[in-house]
Amino acid sequence: MDGDQVKAWEALCIEEQPPACTAACPLRVDARAMAEKMAAGDFVGAMGLYARVVPFPAIIAHICEHPCETACRRAEAGGAVRLGALERALVEEAYPTVRRTAQRARKPKRIAIVGAGLAGLTAASDLAMKGHAVTVLEAEARPLERLRHDIDPAVLPPSAIEADLGALIGLGIDIRCRQRVTGDAGPSSLDDLIANYDAVLLAIGPGPAIQFSGTLRLTSAGRLDLDPQTLASSHPTVFGSGLHGGDDETYSAILSVRDGRRAAVSIDRFLQGASLTASRADDTATGTCLYVNTARHADVPPVQPADPAAGYCHAEAMEEAARCFPCHCLECVKACAYLAHYKTYPKRAVREIYNNDSIVMGNRKSNRMIDSCALCGLCETLCPNDLAMGDVCLDARQSMVERGHMPASHHDFALRDMAFSRSDEIAFVRHQPGHDRSAVLFFPGCQLPASAPHQVEAIYRHLCDRLPGGVGFMLDCCGAPAHWSGRRELHQEVLDHLRAVWEEQGRPRIVTACSTCLKQIGEFLPDIPVVSLWTELAAIGLPEAAAPRPVARPLAIHDPCTSRHALDVQAAVRSIAASLGAEVRELTGAEKTTCCGYGGLVSFANPEVGNAFVDRRIEESDDDFLAYCAMCRDNFARRGKRALHLLDLVFPEADDPAARPDPGFSGRRDNRLRLRRRLLRDLWGESMSDPVPSVTLVIADAVRADIERKLLLVDDIAEVIAEAQRTGRMLKDRASGRFTASGRIGTVTTWVEFEPIEGGGFLVHRAYGHRMQVEVKS
Amino acid sequence: MSGLSAEVPDLVCARCDKPLEMRKVEASYLGQTFPVELPCCPSCGFVYVSEELASGRMLKVEQALEDK
Repeated sequence: MDGDQVKAWEALCIEEQPPACTAACPLRVDARAMAEKMAAGDFVGAMGLYARVVPFPAIIAHICEHPCETACRRAEAGGAVRLGALERALVEEAYPTVRRTAQRARKPKRIAIVGAGLAGLTAASDLAMKGHAVTVLEAEARPLERLRHDIDPAVLPPSAIEADLGALIGLGIDIRCRQRVTGDAGPSSLDDLIANYDAVLLAIGPGPAIQFSGTLRLTSAGRLDLDPQTLASSHPTVFGSGLHGGDDETYSAILSVRDGRRAAVSIDRFLQGASLTASRADDTATGTCLYVNTARHADVPPVQPADPAAGYCHAEAMEEAARCFPCHCLECVKACAYLAHYKTYPKRAVREIYNNDSIVMGNRKSNRMIDSCALCGLCETLCPNDLAMGDVCLDARQSMVERGHMPASHHDFALRDMAFSRSDEIAFVRHQPGHDRSAVLFFPGCQLPASAPHQVEAIYRHLCDRLPGGVGFMLDCCGAPAHWSGRRELHQEVLDHLRAVWEEQGRPRIVTACSTCLKQIGEFLPDIPVVSLWTELAAIGLPEAAAPRPVARPLAIHDPCTSRHALDVQAAVRSIAASLGAEVRELTGAEKTTCCGYGGLVSFANPEVGNAFVDRRIEESDDDFLAYCAMCRDNFARRGKRALHLLDLVFPEADDPAARPDPGFSGRRDNRLRLRRRLLRDLWGESMSDPVPSVTLVIADAVRADIERKLLLVDDIAEVIAEAQRTGRMLKDRASGRFTASGRIGTVTTWVEFEPIEGGGFLVHRAYGHRMQVEVKS
Repeated sequence: MSGLSAEVPDLVCARCDKPLEMRKVEASYLGQTFPVELPCCPSCGFVYVSEELASGRMLKVEQALEDK
């Protein structure tokens, strides 16, 4: 896999972007995680998250301007979450649980901080936590004098200030009040601090700055000339904070804290000899590109505290916190059985897939995950950035195949089935009887002949009736299994073969009954004109015999994933169904259709995920389903859902076609074999003899279902028994009279337990297989 | 790989009419070979793999080797 391509894919998934509240917070408080913990009643855990980022939790909870609330996406569904009130409830209940322990620095540095406002004390706190020795010099009689004067004690109780200051002093910070630092020479001058400390922070307002003009460069407005990103001054060991930018002098508690933190980061980097700017996050950015589908959520108004003066009680805070969605994208994950099964989202999955691809020695634990994507394209349709997991998984599969790391068992059965469909036993092409050229070539695909061979014959006769210039017939495979399984060479071989046959047939227009064939030919053989049987039927009309027979119940229409973007096909199918009297109801609509479990060969590599795809779809409606892909219909039938194929409406043969069972893999092969023999014999007058079965088998339904589940074929089981009869190589259980025999077929050893029945034939009790070979050591 | 070994079942080889006995055999997959003890016909060497073994421990080993 190409690393740059992988990075580009990863970048498309925005699930790991911060929620709007965090992005808007100057300190990047993870309010989403806090609200989740509070909603669950874990106030101690929430307090831990809050206090890890906020140096003065009690003060800030009371006076923060809470830009998070302005940004909160809940505003679009009932009102922003009252994060400020939640923080106060949190402090009220869980403040005493906050524990802070400073790191022990190997070589503690001495730092002087001038000014005990919020900015200076934030820097003091952050640097003390890093293990440095911090001295704060304050001109006033007490720290945080401004907060005490300017803010109503009803808003900021003095007890909150004392609590946070107590915690700060607990970190070992030396706060000296009534210590005015001057620009003159002398014992309490800036020059003296520079001489005696490793770094100095001037956390002062704009007014006193002018006196330091002898040591530091000032702006034309008489303020400290600071680098806006790092707050470094013109002197290498002196940093500044406070309102020296000059463009916004409105006091903000949270921005003061942010400034102090910014200066502390610079000072710590400076003291370590690190770059002040390298990979430094932008603490001024406020937006996020996290997509949140707020329309998904019903309006819920904010919780009103019973006692507004006291704020939220515990229960009210939990209820309000539960109004947080929380913000996530996960649009694809919510809709996809595959991503849901692996409890992942694309950004993480892409990284996991790339890591799996990069392993040289060791276990490739994600192989099955990579082979469990249906390649159905739904995620791309839903993703705000059009990320297609199918592209990622297919690329990874191709890489696995090319490096010889693709597990043989994942696609072996499907590829054998494809080889069978392409073999001389099945594949053939003919011009229409009585014609020596074909204007049109009917290509039914593999699955309709496997599911409803009579319908293939009937619709072919209809095409021959209506279309001029000869309608040829081609039974073959479009190569989708080779493509989906990452076998590029094999896929190319199939495409080359298709092209060669098409050329031989005189370059006819292809009409296909299969959505996958339509997509495959359209994508990989773009110069071959190909249309869907359904658009063709909509144009030429239905067989006369297809008089509308009222369909008793409404039908829920399921579009195959390969028709997701085939608007003309979707419209044609709906018009045909309507003309036949069916009342069609939409499920998700064609664009958001889901896979039936066959796409991408998921049902072979991971039957559990394959079934989850079908079962999710089935749960969407109690109506009978109407499909126009034979594989979709049969998968619904296999999982117990009543389902019709569109041709069941066109050729209403059975009384209740929606109850038609899934033929199963063995039945599918038989149906294809029979279709070929019947067509060649009946339409082209070729002599075809019916094969004589090697042995007659009796298989109970439950055993047959088990055989299907294990991807074993009845023909292979018959061959094992026949061979055992010829050679006598089998085991006998004397007590039950049953025999057990085995045979190697392809890469699988098939075992069969059976017993002869009176009048000939065998009753099959069970069958199973393994890939490992066992033999006696010679 | 001794985990692949099995108990001797109550089966006889239909061709040799001899009860199966545990024997050392070789199990191999994807170029890896392991010695295991499995029930065999002592005469013709027919090796028996039970369904329990095939769909249990043997399957696990196959999958582990496929992911190597």
